[in-house]
Amino acid sequence: MSDNILDIRNLTIHYVTDKETVRAVNGINLTLKQGESLGLVGETGAGKTTTALGILRLVPNPPGKIVAGEIFYKGEDLLKKSESDMRKIRGHEISMIFQDPMTALNPVLTVGEQISEAILLHQNITPQEALQKSMDMMELVGIEGIRHSEYPHQFSGGMKQRIVIAIALACDPALLLADEPTTALDVTIQAQVIDLIENLKKKLGTSLILITHDLGVVAEVCDRVAIIYGGQIVEFAEIAMIYNNPKHPYTIGLFGSIPNFSVKAKRLKPIYGLMPDPANLPEGCTFAERCPLATDACRQGDIPNIEIEPGHWVKCIHLGV
Amino acid sequence: MAENEKPKAVLARKSQLKDIIHRFMKNKAAVLGFVIIIVLVICALFPAQIAGPDYTEQNLRNRYQPSSSEHILGTDELGRDMFTRIVWGSRTSLTIGLASIMLACSLGVTIGLIAGYYGKTVDNILMRIIDVLMAVPNVLLGISIVAALGNSTRVLVLAIGLGSMPAFARVTRSAVIMVREMEYIEAARATGASDGRIMWKYILPNSLAPIIVQVSMGLATSILTISGLSFIGLGVPAPTPEWGSMLSSGRAVIRDYPHIILYPGIAIMLSVFAFNLFGDGLRDALDPRLKT
Amino acid sequence: MIKYIGRRLLMMIPVMLGVVLLVFSMMYFSPGNPEDYILGDMATIEDKEAFREEHGLNDPFLVQYFNYLIHALQGDLGTSYTTKLPVWDEIMERFPTTFKLAVFSTFIAIVIGVSTGIISAVKQYSIWDNISRFIAIIGVSMPTFWEGLMLIILFSVILRWLPSSGFSTWRHWILPAITIGTHSASSVMRMTRSSMLEAIRQDYIRTAMAKGQKYSVVIWKHAFRNATIPVMTIIGLQFGRMLGGSAISEIVFSIPGLGNLIINAIKVKNAPLVQGGILFMAVVMSLINLLVDVLYAYVDPRIRSQYVSNKAKRKNPVAEEKAKEGV
Repeated sequence: MSDNILDIRNLTIHYVTDKETVRAVNGINLTLKQGESLGLVGETGAGKTTTALGILRLVPNPPGKIVAGEIFYKGEDLLKKSESDMRKIRGHEISMIFQDPMTALNPVLTVGEQISEAILLHQNITPQEALQKSMDMMELVGIEGIRHSEYPHQFSGGMKQRIVIAIALACDPALLLADEPTTALDVTIQAQVIDLIENLKKKLGTSLILITHDLGVVAEVCDRVAIIYGGQIVEFAEIAMIYNNPKHPYTIGLFGSIPNFSVKAKRLKPIYGLMPDPANLPEGCTFAERCPLATDACRQGDIPNIEIEPGHWVKCIHLGV
Repeated sequence: MAENEKPKAVLARKSQLKDIIHRFMKNKAAVLGFVIIIVLVICALFPAQIAGPDYTEQNLRNRYQPSSSEHILGTDELGRDMFTRIVWGSRTSLTIGLASIMLACSLGVTIGLIAGYYGKTVDNILMRIIDVLMAVPNVLLGISIVAALGNSTRVLVLAIGLGSMPAFARVTRSAVIMVREMEYIEAARATGASDGRIMWKYILPNSLAPIIVQVSMGLATSILTISGLSFIGLGVPAPTPEWGSMLSSGRAVIRDYPHIILYPGIAIMLSVFAFNLFGDGLRDALDPRLKT
Repeated sequence: MIKYIGRRLLMMIPVMLGVVLLVFSMMYFSPGNPEDYILGDMATIEDKEAFREEHGLNDPFLVQYFNYLIHALQGDLGTSYTTKLPVWDEIMERFPTTFKLAVFSTFIAIVIGVSTGIISAVKQYSIWDNISRFIAIIGVSMPTFWEGLMLIILFSVILRWLPSSGFSTWRHWILPAITIGTHSASSVMRMTRSSMLEAIRQDYIRTAMAKGQKYSVVIWKHAFRNATIPVMTIIGLQFGRMLGGSAISEIVFSIPGLGNLIINAIKVKNAPLVQGGILFMAVVMSLINLLVDVLYAYVDPRIRSQYVSNKAKRKNPVAEEKAKEGV
């Protein structure tokens, strides 16, 4: 418990509009050890980004609302903190890298100003020193520091994401939330950005939650993986366990839909059907509609979270298979 | 196959219309605007039944009367019933407004469509012409046209129509420029459709939303302009009841009989207000992405 | 940048030629003769003929038009039929009043419009938002001259606080400036609100919040700076409109401004004054539009970089890297 930098319990986040209630995150439990990397894997709309925003308490409200749960960061519940205490944590203790670098930077401020802003907020230094530090950060992420006076539109997508990373890491955060940091980038740039994040993480000793739908990236970077589906963690284990011994039918399905060049398969096995509408989640297991093993028992009550081997949790009632 | 497609398209259009109406009806302000517009239209269609047929009936012994059971809104400087004149005034404002906007819309949309579709030199020339019209303040343009051609209803329609035309041209042009790049236009061109056909059958229907909104907003502005021109004596000739000229004749006695100023002004404000609300509501309903 | 301004000024020339043609032909083809209005009924036919001859009114249309143009290009807008003074002097005598009134009113419009617009956007759908939106839509729906009259009734007639007409002391300025200012404040408010709502939804707002920045600072530093362009456009438009379009308000408050001058000139077919006055307004409005466009570049670096001449441009980094990445 004490070596956990982050301990999320039963986190539940809903988006409430006058028309409907979208249940984006439904009772998520997660732990992250100091210095560890956790992969949060799931399809679009599974609740990954909402979870990350929930940790920073930046879920847009209205319509978003953290309905229940606790988020212990270094032993203190973030959900009980005041807004001004949260501001001291954001960008300083916990930082976030956003999905789309094209829109994540303010077009009318220089990149230097945008990096310095984060530094000035949390460190008691002069604007000149902050600018110098911003230039150092830019060098660290592989951009010439003299370009600090340029504007976001003068950089390419990959470069912009490097700047977003520089902003996130400017104050040496203890925990970094990376929300699909490579999805919006070209394939060739993706590897560079992932390498950059991994190296910086090692250099700075940051703990990391990497949100992605790319199992390959997770295998490369992460120590543990949480598979998220319909706002719930359906499987949570160390990386080797999940890759060698996936248990949840959804996880198995995910692996089935990834091309594997070492085995000559005739065709990929897709997971049929679509994610359930989060405004209208079915009772019981949210994956039942698409699951090849589903029985009537899957469609009722709460599905238990079972620890099938030490550190390997699965939310499924068909574990004999 | 082809037989199946058509009903589907019609169905899609129908449900789209249903969506738009649904979104519009949920907007209380827009519905309020719509209700006021309906009242206005009824007043304009049946003024005689609502307020009596004779808006010129004078009674010089009964000048400047305040509200009473006989004259709900009092009487004016010639002892004419204000309520009657205001109700008849709706006919004047709406007809001139509607006619001038129809003129502005047909001219403006055509120019905008051609300028946006052909681009380059054609666009440049047409838009410079629009610039000329926009460079002259609307009120002064209206005044000089009316002064030049005399004040009749027809000239007013022309003056206000010309003044409102640039807005239609610009709105249409920017919508067309966006639609022009769509793939279905490319597809239509690939089937060998002529420029005219592409413009009228493909581009215009897909650029309609902002134009419809502009019609409502333009009506609001043109009602304001009509009253402004009449106020300075260059609008509808007497004795046709018009709200702006009622204000103008009340101006001299503003110190003693403010009610003569009050009611016609409220009539102008309410109708402009209604078309503004209606236009706002239409914009939100037609394009939910723009909803603010 | 200077190149851009130069090009824009060049582009104004054909538009101004068009304005002159438009106004000139309207005055030319309108029925009635200026000499009848100006010399009055007492004038003899010989007097009238002399007047026509003196002002070149017997020349063919095109000759008159080109004569006017040639003089106008030399800065000579002709002389007013009624006062025999140069049109330019007449305009210059009235313009400062109209201009001051417009500046005053614009100031009111910006202060009220921008602040209420921002609050409305930040507190979207709150009671404040609903009330101020309602007032704003009423504000754009009121005819300015009526609003002016109502203010006169309230403040001059009933309360007797302020004078109702004339333009000699600062107290005379208050009612007209409020009348014109509140009207355009409504438009400014509506535009500020919608562009702020747009800006607040952008991802960079979330980035700024994630840095630990205060919400109020995020609104000013990040959202508002991005929302200014449409707001500036509408303010520029309103300012131009005030210079020309507050003519009716000038009449309501008996202000000796440019609009008032032109309207009276139109009524007596004092063609040189009408043409000169409208041309002058058109030039001023175009210059204001240009100024607003230049201000865009000051606010938005993306627009600024478009103006930088190709030579001075740093080898376009976006295109370069895009090419590198194969975008």
